[in-house]
Amino acid sequence: MFLWIIKRDLLLAVRRRSDVLITLFFFVIVVSLFPLSVGPEMNLLRTMAPGVVWVAALLASMLSLNRMFSSDYQDGTLEQMLISPQSLSFLVLGKTLAHWLVTGLPLVLMAPVLGIQYDLPGDALFVLVISLLIGTPVLSLIGAIGAALTLGLRGGGVLVSLLVLPLYIPILIFGSGAVEANMAGVDFAAHLSLIGAFFFVSLVFAPWVAAWSLRVSLE
Amino acid sequence: MAINWFKYSSPASFYSLAGKMIPLFAAAAIILLIMGLYVGFFVAPTDFQQGEAYRIIFIHVPAAWMSMFLYVVMACWAGFGLAFNTRLSSMMATAIAPTGAMFTFLALWTGSLWGKPMWGTWWVWDARLTSELILLFLYIGFMSLQAAIDDPRRADKAGAIIALVGVVNIPIIYFSVQWWNTLHQGASVSVNQAPAMASTMLMGMLIMVFASWMYSIAVILKRVRIIILERESHTAWVAELQKEGVV
Repeated sequence: MFLWIIKRDLLLAVRRRSDVLITLFFFVIVVSLFPLSVGPEMNLLRTMAPGVVWVAALLASMLSLNRMFSSDYQDGTLEQMLISPQSLSFLVLGKTLAHWLVTGLPLVLMAPVLGIQYDLPGDALFVLVISLLIGTPVLSLIGAIGAALTLGLRGGGVLVSLLVLPLYIPILIFGSGAVEANMAGVDFAAHLSLIGAFFFVSLVFAPWVAAWSLRVSLE
Repeated sequence: MAINWFKYSSPASFYSLAGKMIPLFAAAAIILLIMGLYVGFFVAPTDFQQGEAYRIIFIHVPAAWMSMFLYVVMACWAGFGLAFNTRLSSMMATAIAPTGAMFTFLALWTGSLWGKPMWGTWWVWDARLTSELILLFLYIGFMSLQAAIDDPRRADKAGAIIALVGVVNIPIIYFSVQWWNTLHQGASVSVNQAPAMASTMLMGMLIMVFASWMYSIAVILKRVRIIILERESHTAWVAELQKEGVV
């Protein structure tokens, strides 16, 4: 059932490729806007790069949160999932994983290209990719709670950002912190370990809370 | 002797109890406020380092304490409401949120007023200031989620979940912001070294803290009474109150 959900959501995403591409291009455009607004000076851009890429990743993954449950909610699939004998937390975990594969992973793969635009050195690029690789799943996991709570509400898109962005702050701090530490020549392993800790904690609790939120939203 | 612990968990009986308690707490708030402000402005000595500007702590410190404390209280009531399915607990959580947000805003505002003469700047990205700002965002998120949901039962439960998620996250956010702050070494000022305080200053501050407590209780009870009336407007006892012309 878990694998089935992932397979199904991925298939839906492949059938509607534009949804995936929209998120990815949003990410690229936001990152490209910064040099245009602060000027093309390379030293400045290099120091800003980790923060800019991370904030853009945050916004991009948040932008796609609405779609995590809403189409299933509208066509009634979600209600069927709720009354199925499977554990709802597992189903939510499957949906979250699919969401990350569709929206988070492309961002991770795209990040090095954007980092080169900002003249990041090679090993900083590597740290950036690693931090995004561990961090973006946490964004999807926490975001699932927000998406479940705002399901079917008017103005849900803006509301979900209000709920979820404050909770994203630790990930943002340590994600961009890892890259900055690497560029400053300091050990960055502690940052990555902390993001890893967030990942495991949210992997255990977030699907459970999100499943609970879905029950509240659909009762 | 059998005590009915749950007598006042019914909105109808709590409504009248709250009505009796509000004048008491409001009076205590006013008396303590006058006392605290008198001690703060006339009795407490001028600080030799900070001059008269330090007197803003008589507002600022109580506001900052209340802002954090009220969030925890709100999350507790919201949790009770979710666990025991008691309507009144959720109404309490809803009633606490605006007061908490007000105190958070007040703490930020007075803090920046104090920062200008002391540090020469309205705002520094200090760990405390930043986490207080994030606390304000959490309050706003809670209130806007509840405001967006029309069905009060769903609003209660959804608000409870986000309040509980927030309360779990507050320590994480606080420590990550603190670490971020020490890594960056941006602000050269330190808020952490509080010099030993004159006892009259401390007393004035504590009186103001109690005044804020009393104020919060009075206002929250008043607000919860209004919420009760709003939600129970279809019931017989509210109709009776209306017939008597009380509300």
